[in-house]
Amino acid sequence: MKYLTEFRDGELAQKLAAEIRAAVTRPWAIMEVCGGQTHAIIRHGLDQLLPPELELVHGPGCPVCVTPVAAIDRALAVAAAPGVIFCSFGDMLRVPGTREDLFAVKGRGADVRVVYSPLDAVRLAKGNPARQVVFFAIGFETTAPANALAVHQAAQLGLANFSVLVSHVLVPPAMEAILSSPANRVRAFLAAGHVCSVMGYHQYPPLAERYRVPIVVTGFEPLDLLDGIRRAVRQLEAGTHAVENAYPRVVTFDGNRAAQAMLAEVFEVCDRDWRGIGTIPNSGWRLRGGYRRFDAEERFAVGDIRSAESPHCRSGEVLRGTLKPNQCPAFGTTCTPRTPLGATMVSGEGACAAYFNYGRLTAVGTERATCPT
Amino acid sequence: MCLAVPGRVEAVFDADGVRMGTLTFGGVRKDVCLAYLPDVGVGDYALVHAGFAISQVDEATAAETLRTFAEMGVLADELGEEAG
Ligand code: SF4
Repeated sequence: MKYLTEFRDGELAQKLAAEIRAAVTRPWAIMEVCGGQTHAIIRHGLDQLLPPELELVHGPGCPVCVTPVAAIDRALAVAAAPGVIFCSFGDMLRVPGTREDLFAVKGRGADVRVVYSPLDAVRLAKGNPARQVVFFAIGFETTAPANALAVHQAAQLGLANFSVLVSHVLVPPAMEAILSSPANRVRAFLAAGHVCSVMGYHQYPPLAERYRVPIVVTGFEPLDLLDGIRRAVRQLEAGTHAVENAYPRVVTFDGNRAAQAMLAEVFEVCDRDWRGIGTIPNSGWRLRGGYRRFDAEERFAVGDIRSAESPHCRSGEVLRGTLKPNQCPAFGTTCTPRTPLGATMVSGEGACAAYFNYGRLTAVGTERATCPT
Repeated sequence: MCLAVPGRVEAVFDADGVRMGTLTFGGVRKDVCLAYLPDVGVGDYALVHAGFAISQVDEATAAETLRTFAEMGVLADELGEEAG
């Protein structure tokens, strides 16, 4: 896209930041929901341009991070089953299960493959009729349409050797869980722009109304993020709580109707466990009716596996916005991207990895300001 | 993992009954699924995630947003707020 560099204009970013500094009169905590936004904020040092009263709280929007340990353990069991070709996005390979990760299972000879799209897994199933091909279907509303179409296509092609291990999660119920928690400090949200590109933002006005929080649909470039923050601050200071779209070049109110129709065809809403957070009602998708025959959990009978999270990892608090990664005692010592204790250190969009990779190794707020590039 | 990247549609074709397209991302070519953007054609920009185009990217709105930012920058200057 020809405007990409302009959305990173450092001088304009400084001016937007100056406007935010001039507007803030009281302490506010604003949560950016999406891990991609966390990553961009830390990478470009946007947090360091903000006034001290304004705190950015990192949200639960990293699909790799919130996939529960039981789902990883099920994946490990399926991947190790004889004759299986197990397909996944690359960043899932190093997420720790109770005892090990997909890399370790692959190292012992399991056929674990990284694919770019779930349609690649369908193609593999078509080309390998004697093998069972399983795709690890994780992710938020941004990823789910791809996985829904893969299942739909497998049904169209009559493939009996394709299945999906589903662990889909939904953003609005997680935002509601955060807002309804007694420990909540979040006063405004930067809603996840790419989730909204699929779902639109018609789901948010009731949430904004009920909890009296401004919600601003926000993109991922430095200027997008600063604009989202600026709009949230303006509302907080004025005492309003509207839903605003600060990402109109990508997001519409209705979202992508074709994708939503396919999602409704293939999936239905269910309760879902979130890593480190626990069960959130109506916060996930599972296969619906006629598509259940593509459920790997049933095909491989791995539903009852017992799992345990690392007792040292505090990612649940990080994902709920009550703990900064560098306040975790394991951060940067026993837990690093090379030896991760939790998924938030594995994923490139995880808050712990973002802090580690961009040098937030000291206490919050003591770093030198850097200019966005 | 939920990040999406914008690319330009170079060609549209059909594979196993699914609408596909070849897109370029700053010179890198990839085939992606266009099933969810039935109206997008050659020359359009789309945001791609997990091999799927999920949203058409609106160039006019992009330009408009940038223009607004630039005007705001001027405003911030006039308020006398020292940047940096
Ligand atoms: S630093 Fe490591 S152990 Fe601590 S919360 Fe993050 S992932 Fe878990």
